Amino acid sequence: MNLALAVLVDGVVYSSWLFLIAAGLTLIYGVMKILNMAHGSFYAIGAYAGASLIGVYFAGGNPPWASYLLLIGAALVSGLIIGLLIERGFLRFMYGRDEVVMILVTYGILLILEDTIKLLWGVDPYFAYQPYTLLGRTKMYGLSFANYDFMLIAVTALVALVLWWSLNRTRAGKILQSVIHDREMAGALGVNVTKIFTITFVIGAFLGAFAGALTAPGISVVPGIGIEVIILAFAVVVIGGLGSVGGAFVGALIVGLSRALSVHLYPDGELFVIYGVMGLVLAFRPQGLFAIAGARKI
Amino acid sequence: MMTKNRIYLLILAVAMIFAGLVMPYWFSFLVTVALAKGLVVLGLVILMRAGLVSFGQGLYYCAGAYAVGAFSDYFKTDNLLLLLLVAIVCALVISSIVGLLLSRYRDIFFAMFSMAFSMILYGILVKSAALGSSDGFNVVSPTFFGWTVHASGGNMLTYWAAIVLAFLVGAVIWRYFKSPMGMAGEAIRENEIRVEYLGISVQKVIYIKYIIAAVLASLGGAITAMTVGHIDPEMAYWTTSGEFVFIALMAGTGHVAAPLVGAIIFELLRTFAFQVSPYTWQMILGIALLAIIIFLPNGLWSLKEKLMKGAKS
Amino acid sequence: MLKTISKMAVCGAVAIGALASTAHAADEYKLGLVTFLSGGAAGPFGVPAKNGADLLIDALNAGTMPAPYNKVGINGVKIAPVYVDEAGGATKQVSEYRNLVERQGVNGVVGYISSGDCLAVPGVAEEMKKVTVLFDCGTPRVFEEANYKYVFRTASTATMDNVGAARYIAEKVNGLNMVSGINQNYSFGHDSWTDFTTSLEKIKKGVDVSTKQFPKIYAGQYGAEVSALMVNPSSVIHSSFWGGDMEAFLLQGSARGLFEDQKVLLTCGESALYKFADNFPEGAIVGARGPNGIYAPKSELNDWFQKEYKARFGTEPTYPVYHMVQAIMGLKLATEKAAEKDGSIPTDEAVAAAFEYLEYDSPAGKIVMSSGNGHQAVQEMVFGQVSKVDGKLVMKDVVRYAPSCVNPPNGVKAADWIASGFKGAVCN
Repeated sequence: MNLALAVLVDGVVYSSWLFLIAAGLTLIYGVMKILNMAHGSFYAIGAYAGASLIGVYFAGGNPPWASYLLLIGAALVSGLIIGLLIERGFLRFMYGRDEVVMILVTYGILLILEDTIKLLWGVDPYFAYQPYTLLGRTKMYGLSFANYDFMLIAVTALVALVLWWSLNRTRAGKILQSVIHDREMAGALGVNVTKIFTITFVIGAFLGAFAGALTAPGISVVPGIGIEVIILAFAVVVIGGLGSVGGAFVGALIVGLSRALSVHLYPDGELFVIYGVMGLVLAFRPQGLFAIAGARKI
Repeated sequence: MMTKNRIYLLILAVAMIFAGLVMPYWFSFLVTVALAKGLVVLGLVILMRAGLVSFGQGLYYCAGAYAVGAFSDYFKTDNLLLLLLVAIVCALVISSIVGLLLSRYRDIFFAMFSMAFSMILYGILVKSAALGSSDGFNVVSPTFFGWTVHASGGNMLTYWAAIVLAFLVGAVIWRYFKSPMGMAGEAIRENEIRVEYLGISVQKVIYIKYIIAAVLASLGGAITAMTVGHIDPEMAYWTTSGEFVFIALMAGTGHVAAPLVGAIIFELLRTFAFQVSPYTWQMILGIALLAIIIFLPNGLWSLKEKLMKGAKS
Repeated sequence: MLKTISKMAVCGAVAIGALASTAHAADEYKLGLVTFLSGGAAGPFGVPAKNGADLLIDALNAGTMPAPYNKVGINGVKIAPVYVDEAGGATKQVSEYRNLVERQGVNGVVGYISSGDCLAVPGVAEEMKKVTVLFDCGTPRVFEEANYKYVFRTASTATMDNVGAARYIAEKVNGLNMVSGINQNYSFGHDSWTDFTTSLEKIKKGVDVSTKQFPKIYAGQYGAEVSALMVNPSSVIHSSFWGGDMEAFLLQGSARGLFEDQKVLLTCGESALYKFADNFPEGAIVGARGPNGIYAPKSELNDWFQKEYKARFGTEPTYPVYHMVQAIMGLKLATEKAAEKDGSIPTDEAVAAAFEYLEYDSPAGKIVMSSGNGHQAVQEMVFGQVSKVDGKLVMKDVVRYAPSCVNPPNGVKAADWIASGFKGAVCN
């Protein structure tokens, strides 16, 4: 019994983490058709910003409850700055180029950001464990779970809800969807595509940084965490269908649960799980699960 | 038959072979490893001309290297030709099976699926304690039926093998690009459906291109294994495959020589970035890459054309 | 005409360049230092090792080290360090090694944390006939699979970490009947787990394995693994985790109370012990890969070293730092032993001959190069448990295992030695 519970909770916790990371990536791809390799660096910047701010905050002996707001704030500020800097300062000159070239561009940005992070924060690990341990734990059927992880699930559900609602129920969201479906047509109808691009990129950067900031309290923030996360995000996005936020949600769920199953039942296979799942999904649905249908030109 | 260009190329090849005897070994080593990578990238370019970007060439690069390592260890041989043959056979076997599945996919899905396969090989190798797991194992230095030459502190044989292979393979692929099947690649990239209506089996063309690219990657891996003397599963990791794509895009797909020259330039860039700034070499590489993309959108090869245009006018 | 002149100019330039690169004066000793300056291994190992090297080189060049290291530099010649980032994989490192020796013309190389690099580089070092000292990597395979003349390792292999760990828990943990493991999914993790379990089988019968986890290196998220360890409880959780992974595991495990009923055994724990002490659970069994840091035997040399390092870098030196300084010290002594007169740099052959079977003092105690036919150092292994006394970190139940108790004898492969039941081991 507690095995089933463990698999379920572990799977959902991991899935939430995956979704938070992948959401920004798939949104940027959907709107701008750019597969942003630097997304991992956004995650890392959010983590470093969050961890260093929390470290300073608690060293000053301040009340603990505000540290959670501080995490969100760190993500907001760092996401905003880095998103605007890259999009306005560099990417907008590259629009219209081939998709594969854009991947290379974002790869170059990734390399630069990785060393920038190293220059700004050094190679020492950063800890920000107070928010993680503060919430305590819950005992269920002989297993203990950190309440912070449950909060993570709740936050992810909230983010997913907000994203779904704004994309489908607000005017701005519908305009965004129109750009996703057909950029040229939307532009011809008077949509300011450039402004949409900027806004989307900044939101994507914020989501990436937010994932990093929320993860920081449970880990030790060291150089290279961004690179590890990219491949996971890619796999989830491809499984769910590029550009579909709902797809990313389902993809994250599938990968998270499969991984939890593997860890509990067959730990040796853990390395293969994500690629196996991706292979399986692609074998049956080559465009991913919820890919946006595109017209084929003959 | 022997046009002016071909004579120049032959002279260049011979010059490079003899230069190896006087060059410091670190340079001939760099050129050897770069040419081996260049072979892999050439295979990648064949696929890219057909509109497919493979993020999994590391699969064959690693498989070829491990085939050479395991075979030479098990059968106690260091015969260069035999080992290269082993690498080719290994690539043919694997790609003929994997290619059947992959040739059905396009775009990002081809890329991700090919990457998935290379990561599966990575996982298998890391799990295999017999093959040294993630530490890998050492590979013998090759001889040509017992004969080899040591000069400037290193085994010249792999350097020469790399040059001979680069020129030979380059010539063959150059001829291939002029053949109907080679040209079909670009047609497929432009509009696959029309190519089908013209009566050419798109899937068969892509399947064959995939196998050719696999064999090239495997040869590159074999040369690398014998030159460096050590192999590990990192050769199948997605970052290695990404590096090949990086070089391909940087060098451009314009000409057969582009990947080979591009690989050498990339290795030189990387080693000097390492030396100039051991702490921030990634940043220097990233800036160089972005500069190339901005100023030379068709890759480094377009630089040659710009210079030639400038010289003519 | 112009063509001929330009051709001669090029030849001339190449000749001058070649001459210039070979004519390095004996007025400085170029020391190649290869360690991780980027990536996940930089923080816990690479940069602290570099700091140790900087500290030692500055002290040596100023002649301020205690005897017998008080000669300036190496044999009176000042040391000029050349740093290379160990990142990029074995192929890259072989290439960079060649550059170090041929292009930069170093007199000696000290480096290599990654076992993969330690397996790839010695072949090239032998080919180029350059004295190379491996300082930190753990795989015993280096001197088991081949004999080298110019390559040395001045720290024990990782075999003793896990043999010692098995011995320690067999004698110190009451009611030991089940163990579990969480190790990174790569050679070091697999080898550590295998050495640990096979040793335990020989030392104490009847101990089962409840679960063994091998998460990907740098995974960082261990929720599922922690649950698996809870679902399959044991007396001791073995882990060779290091760096960010170890810290994340400790954080996540502690937050969920994993270590309240199960003891955790961290063979590489000391690398984060001082900075992260608050998050080490009470009773955690910590290894320092040898008599390093808090386990170092008392000596004038160690006192000097700890004081200097703490003053300059603000934190206590961890085991990678110890490994680095004992490597440079060994190289210095061997070079000085081989030198005929002060101020000269002897040939690599002479230094290699002098280095074999060398015995010398270091901050970690005595270093004896008795294994690998005189090329592999053997040290004692130490384990202890974390406890906090008045908020200060104190190690209790410290046990020291003699070198011959936890290291295979000269010429015997580690795996064979364990399988034979530690034949030839001499324990106190």
